[in-house]
Amino acid sequence: MPASQPVIDTSPKVSDEVRKTTCYMCACRCGINVHMKDGKVAYIEGNRDHPVNRGVLCAKGSAGIMQHNAPSRLRAPLRRVGPRGSGEFEEISWDEALETAVPWLKPLRDTAPEKLAFFTGRDQSQSFTSFWAQNYGTPNYAAHGGFCSVNMATAGIYTMGGAFWEFGAPDWEHTKLFMIFGVAEDHDSNPIKMGIGKIKARGAKVIGVNPIRTGYNAVADEWVGITPGTDGLFILALVHELLKAGKIDLDYLACFTNAPVILNGDPKSPEHGLFLRDDDGKPQVIDRKTGKLVPFDTPGVQPDLTGHFRHAGITHRSVMHLIAERYLDPQYAPEAVAERCGIPADRIRQTAAEIARVAFDEAIEIDQPWTDFRGDTHAKMIGRPVSFHAMRGISAHSNGFQTCRALHVLQILLGSVETPGGFRFKPPYPKPATVHPKPHCKVTPGAPLDGPHLGFVHGPDDLCLTDEGTPARIDKAFTWENPMSAHGLMHMVISNAHAGDPYKIDTLFLYMANMAWNSSMNTRGVMEMLTDTDENGDYVIPHIIYSDAYSSEMVAYADLILPDTTYLERHDCISLLDRPICEPDAAADAIRWPVVEPDRDVRGFQSVLCDLGARLDLPGFVNDDGSQKYADYADYITNHIRKPGIGPLAGWRMGESGLTHGRGEVNEGQLDSYIQNGGFFVSHVPEAAGYYKPWNSAYQDWAVEMGFYDAPQPYLFQLYVEPLRKFQLAAEGHGERQPPDHLRERIKTVMEPLPIWYAPFEDGHVDPAEYPVHALTQRPMAMYHSWGSQNAWLRQLHGHNPLYLPTKLMRENGLRDGDWARVSSAHGAITVPVMEMAALNENTVWTWNAIGKRKGAWALEEGAPEATKGFLLNHLIHELLPPKGDGLRWANSDPITGQAAWFDLRVKIEKSAAPAESQPAFDALTSPVGKGPATLTWKVST
Amino acid sequence: MHPAPSIILFTTLSGLGFGLLFWLGIDATAPTGWVAFAFFAIAYLLAVGGLLSSTRHLGRPERALKAFTQWQTSWLSREAWAAVGALTVLGLYAYFLVFFDTQIAVLGWLGAGLAVATVYTTSMIYAQLKTVPRWNRWLTSVLFLATAIAGGALLSGRVSIAMVLLLIAGGIQAWWWQTGDRALRDSGTDMASATGLGKIGEVRAFEPPHTGTNYLLREMVHVVGRRHASKLRLIALVLMMVLPIGLLLVPFSHVFGLLAVISHVAGVLVARWLFFAEAEHVVGLYYGMR
Amino acid sequence: MTQLPTSTERKLGLVIDLDTCVGCHACVISCKGWNTENYGAPLSDQDPYGADPSGTFLNRVHSYEVQPLATSAMPHPAAQLIHFPKSCLHCEDAPCVTVCPTGASYKRVEDGIVLVNESDCIGCGLCAWACPYGARELDQAEGVMKKCTLCVDRIYNENLPEEDREPACVRTCPAGARHFGDLGDPDSAVSQLVAERGGMDLMPEQGTKPVNKYLPPRPKDAWQGQTDVLAPYLEPVAEEPRGFLGWLDKTLEKL
Ligand SMILES: Nc1nc2c(c(=O)[nH]1)N[C@H]1C(S)=C(S)[C@@H](COP(=O)(O)OP(=O)(O)OC[C@H]3O[C@@H](n4cnc5c(=O)[nH]c(N)nc54)[C@H](O)[C@@H]3O)O[C@H]1N2
Ligand SMILES: Nc1nc2c(c(=O)[nH]1)N[C@H]1C(S)=C(S)[C@@H](COP(=O)(O)OP(=O)(O)OC[C@H]3O[C@@H](n4cnc5c(=O)[nH]c(N)nc54)[C@H](O)[C@@H]3O)O[C@H]1N2
Ligand code: SF4
Ligand code: SF4
Ligand code: SF4
Ligand code: SF4
Ligand code: SF4
Ligand SMILES: [Mo]
Repeated sequence: MPASQPVIDTSPKVSDEVRKTTCYMCACRCGINVHMKDGKVAYIEGNRDHPVNRGVLCAKGSAGIMQHNAPSRLRAPLRRVGPRGSGEFEEISWDEALETAVPWLKPLRDTAPEKLAFFTGRDQSQSFTSFWAQNYGTPNYAAHGGFCSVNMATAGIYTMGGAFWEFGAPDWEHTKLFMIFGVAEDHDSNPIKMGIGKIKARGAKVIGVNPIRTGYNAVADEWVGITPGTDGLFILALVHELLKAGKIDLDYLACFTNAPVILNGDPKSPEHGLFLRDDDGKPQVIDRKTGKLVPFDTPGVQPDLTGHFRHAGITHRSVMHLIAERYLDPQYAPEAVAERCGIPADRIRQTAAEIARVAFDEAIEIDQPWTDFRGDTHAKMIGRPVSFHAMRGISAHSNGFQTCRALHVLQILLGSVETPGGFRFKPPYPKPATVHPKPHCKVTPGAPLDGPHLGFVHGPDDLCLTDEGTPARIDKAFTWENPMSAHGLMHMVISNAHAGDPYKIDTLFLYMANMAWNSSMNTRGVMEMLTDTDENGDYVIPHIIYSDAYSSEMVAYADLILPDTTYLERHDCISLLDRPICEPDAAADAIRWPVVEPDRDVRGFQSVLCDLGARLDLPGFVNDDGSQKYADYADYITNHIRKPGIGPLAGWRMGESGLTHGRGEVNEGQLDSYIQNGGFFVSHVPEAAGYYKPWNSAYQDWAVEMGFYDAPQPYLFQLYVEPLRKFQLAAEGHGERQPPDHLRERIKTVMEPLPIWYAPFEDGHVDPAEYPVHALTQRPMAMYHSWGSQNAWLRQLHGHNPLYLPTKLMRENGLRDGDWARVSSAHGAITVPVMEMAALNENTVWTWNAIGKRKGAWALEEGAPEATKGFLLNHLIHELLPPKGDGLRWANSDPITGQAAWFDLRVKIEKSAAPAESQPAFDALTSPVGKGPATLTWKVST
Repeated sequence: MHPAPSIILFTTLSGLGFGLLFWLGIDATAPTGWVAFAFFAIAYLLAVGGLLSSTRHLGRPERALKAFTQWQTSWLSREAWAAVGALTVLGLYAYFLVFFDTQIAVLGWLGAGLAVATVYTTSMIYAQLKTVPRWNRWLTSVLFLATAIAGGALLSGRVSIAMVLLLIAGGIQAWWWQTGDRALRDSGTDMASATGLGKIGEVRAFEPPHTGTNYLLREMVHVVGRRHASKLRLIALVLMMVLPIGLLLVPFSHVFGLLAVISHVAGVLVARWLFFAEAEHVVGLYYGMR
Repeated sequence: MTQLPTSTERKLGLVIDLDTCVGCHACVISCKGWNTENYGAPLSDQDPYGADPSGTFLNRVHSYEVQPLATSAMPHPAAQLIHFPKSCLHCEDAPCVTVCPTGASYKRVEDGIVLVNESDCIGCGLCAWACPYGARELDQAEGVMKKCTLCVDRIYNENLPEEDREPACVRTCPAGARHFGDLGDPDSAVSQLVAERGGMDLMPEQGTKPVNKYLPPRPKDAWQGQTDVLAPYLEPVAEEPRGFLGWLDKTLEKL
């Protein structure tokens, strides 16, 4: 025994105070406890009471302190003094900055508001920024969703009134089989990990479908190393097998989906393929009891799945007939798809069998009576404990919309959406496409736009076209090229603005999007477009205003920089009007508040918009007397009213008899109530309303009470999406608005109202024999896009990014770990270090996303490995597909939604001598903020 | 292991110094007066210089005295005591030799014993480490002792004894290398046992925990090219053994004697560089490196 | 102090579930954050914004690929990827303690936690050499040895709410892959978990007797070649649409 051991203090004081706010090291928005010592941020941990993360915190969240203290933080507004792209700036005052912006923006508004393009990145105040843009009057507003995962979002909303991520989640508590497609990390970062942890603790099964076996796929009990771009085929083969075996939920399909809805079967009719509707426009079904055609929601109706209706010599049949015909076709048999998908036919069969076994033989029942919208009561809630989740792996392909639809159809056929153990919506979803706004684009100089910019089209009439039929928006969203582009097409803005197609713009106003680097395709081209000059020597895009908090690559390309605060220094609002933090069991919203005051001349961007809005006299931002309406964003959050009783925050509103939640008047003390409650508000979904939400009266009533809907709005899941058919009809020559001829065939083919699979477009434009290899990126769990590299702790984890090659390709090319390879696509080439990976689809290579950095950015030394060894795959990807000889340049996007097809990329690989640094290399940017210190011994208190 | 110059110098020089002290201690006809002063000065410079050099490897050299406290368990602590003991006793012994021309043989023998013990404790700092199977052998102590005593003999001018001892030390060195190459494999520690994943199949390191380097990699993982290493081994052997013996074989001259010493020291330095550089700490397995 | 206690009252340690760890590095950074601000000197970083950034971390997550051997039942088994967090294992026979010349390294009698008393440490690095697991890092700014403290300043901390008295890495792990408890008590939740899931030692041949245990990954990819033991293939009710709709009609009649 040792003689003695030191006495240590095992109960030291942890902090002076804990301030609870919301993380913003990524868009998951976990609750955090910020421990303060001597008025400084000392330690950040998860908030155990928070509905999103229940106390846990990811690496990024825990590293927030290093982000807050990063030397890359901007210090004051900047005015460009060198040429664009040099990074040479002078610091100016806020008054000077705003007085620079106003003379650019004001005349535009009075004459041609569309000449302002205002696009925001992954910000979480879209209901506010769009409100600003709408009042300014430009049609050119969107956030980043178009290049992110709009396929997933729109496919979900058109099919079932909600999608994965913020719209819903697997029923982690009850699911017995969880299948995850194409996910490396996703936005629901912590909840997915917590969910997988729960499943694993129960010993339930996880199947990962992904060409790459890392992260979630590494812990999956089974890994399906699918060939990129073929998930649609795989899913439809599962559907084929399930149908053939009759393993589908007939009751569910009959009652809650449009499977029994009767379609117009008259090939000559301009309504061929549309629903047979009654006089009120309600889709009709055949009632099994009476054999009569009645509206789907008739009380007591028993919709007949195999119903048909004969009239005037024409047989009109139910959607179910079409489903059987399409998916029982041998083209979807496992043997037929196996090779293309890279999955043995046996394996597909076996997966189908396992799904069926769990869904039907291991069904669960919850003793919870509920009443549906037709007035029928059900004694129990029947659960099909198979759940699915998917993200950009299926979404970011040019066939992504249809693939995402296919997955939802599979879920619905199993009856596993909104049933115990399946997939559940998070309030304010479910919300069918029909109750979302439609896009608006009518410009009136000096006046607001005629309505919200973004929305859901239901046919050609809703497109954003000018009277001449040309695109009304700079990004060509909601046009024949991508009719259902519900999130806009941020990735097309710069190239369209540069080309003056459909028109030229004057000012590009960007917020929080690193468009000159990792968030653009064709990065070098974008940098050139941003610096290109016309015959007079003027920049082709005359003015660029940008708000960032850090010295990113994009900063160097703007004329005026509006420096933002960090997330610990500002008010933010994570609103039910926007993209809230709800969970399936609860509606929730949250705030950020300044847990520390900025120590420099920076301002919260939303507060700046309040100021700028007032300086521009925008309605909604000035009082009747012309004075500024909202002093800052906190003022807006508290006092803004969207509709009677509805404001940005749902908690602690003022009711007739004191504080209330949901609908209510403004409460001046609302933010304080949030702060006292840990920064968030939760309202639990009543027990009886927990499942079957789209049809469950208890839920519908609660949703009305909360202000999500104005009246109950039950609806059917849309296995068959009628608006798609409307576009096909137009392409077939019906209707007033007609697509241009070169798009007719494509619209007819891809806009199928029942999911189909077609090969990714790049396969048709690029020679697959010359470029045989698929190239992908993945999010590292510990980094958030480009932000992580300025973080002293995180950049040690991922300071550079090798290209991972499967064993086969390593051997074929005589490569060993650490060698370099030249990787080329039809668009460009990069030379980068390679590493071997065995657990990888044998025709796929990949790297971590956004680790590569431009020299001089982010206050890093020029020799930083991010710049010398790191690289971007983006140099190989172009926003347009290579020319095909038809005189046209087709967009590298999904033809339905415009989603950027990042993952269609095909490359070839050759061994290369090691260059001095990864190629292409660019000149160093001048840092507007200097460089960081040589050593960090960070400790707030001693 | 990282071949830190401070440690290579320490083991080489202090080994040589204590080796010389050993011979001075047991010398029945030890030099006296200025000759003794010269010999002892050289020995002390080497031994103390080596020890001082080793403190440059410390993160907190100003606290070095604390290293004396744990003699019950720590070989480093024991080494500190042995070194201080040897230097004190032999200091007294030298004092009488230099200033009083008096040889107190008991002190000499005691000191010589402590000098050998010092070299032994030094060797045990390495030989005790299971984490470095190549070191973790009784032969490592034999190697250190043989090298120190042979070097001491050379330095003290015992030509014929030195030749024999150099031959032995060289032989042990070669044997140590030969058998050492198997040590990691024989230890049973490999990636399978390090990760516990060997039951599933063949284990290969994929992504390291960080893309940059860290203390562990800098300190424990040093990968020398195999061909590189065998060439260096040959050079070391030639310098520490073959060349000195050759130089001693030609009729004795002080110049050749000096050259023999320099060659030997250079050879031992190379051998010690390899001792560290080739060590193969098991922690490297976690990084897929050895 | 470099003598090890002959026994400790409790054996506090971690159990890490390799079946569940998704490799997110959350534990790495929360550990860095807590220990930068708390026990001892901050965990420093050198060249943090430069060409060769490196710093002190007490917990790091490796990843390994494992290629199962082919068998006749599984001729082409897929390679697996396993994330592998590693920090101090608080060994019972901790060689890092006995080599320490200053007594700075010690194992606590009451709970078995192995700690460095930073004010005694001379930064000789010997303990790091003696540790087979790479669990000790010499802080370059402070010159003293740093290692996982098992959050000794959290687990008994009366200034923290009861539920937070667990290591920072355990509290933060989103997947729930890290468990903390007394491995000396066979009835503790962690001991139970180890017993159920076959918890294992790392490098048992080193004789360090680690307290921390690792739960091995569960068998994966069972489908490969083993169709019969899982669900049998589905029986078709019909091969083509007409037959299927007929079946549907019949089935609906029965409902
Ligand atoms: N190759 C490839 N490229 C891709 C993808 C891919 O998978 N592969 N993914 C695409 C997708 S889905 C996306 S969403 C994009 C993301 O790309 P971006 O949205 O461009 O993401 P970031 O690089 O994080 O850039 C956001 C900018 O916001 C700044 N910022 C951070 N915090 C704040 C703040 O508090 N205030 C302000 N004002 N600014 C702040 C950052 O400094 C940074 O400059 O990348 C796309 N690019
Ligand atoms: N830590 C962290 N979290 C983030 C982000 C971040 O940068 N860092 N970014 C956020 C943003 S903006 C977004 S959009 C989300 C995106 O979250 P994810 O959807 O997880 O995005 P990616 O990392 O692009 O991962 C795409 C996955 O799809 C796989 N994949 C690619 N092609 C195919 C295919 O054809 N089939 C299948 N089955 N799989 C395929 C890839 O291998 C990869 O695993 O993450 C968000 N969360
Ligand atoms: S997932 Fe991580 S970074 Fe994202 S909000 Fe949560 S803790 Fe913050
Ligand atoms: S893991 Fe290493 S540092 Fe920790 S007790 Fe064991 S030997 Fe010592
Ligand atoms: S580095 Fe410190 S703790 Fe480690 S052995 Fe040396 S003195 Fe002891
Ligand atoms: S127990 Fe504490 S010190 Fe140890 S690894 Fe976990 S967080 Fe780090
Ligand atoms: S936090 Fe948990 S899941 Fe993430 S790396 Fe650490 S142990 Fe694994
Ligand atoms: Mo995204």
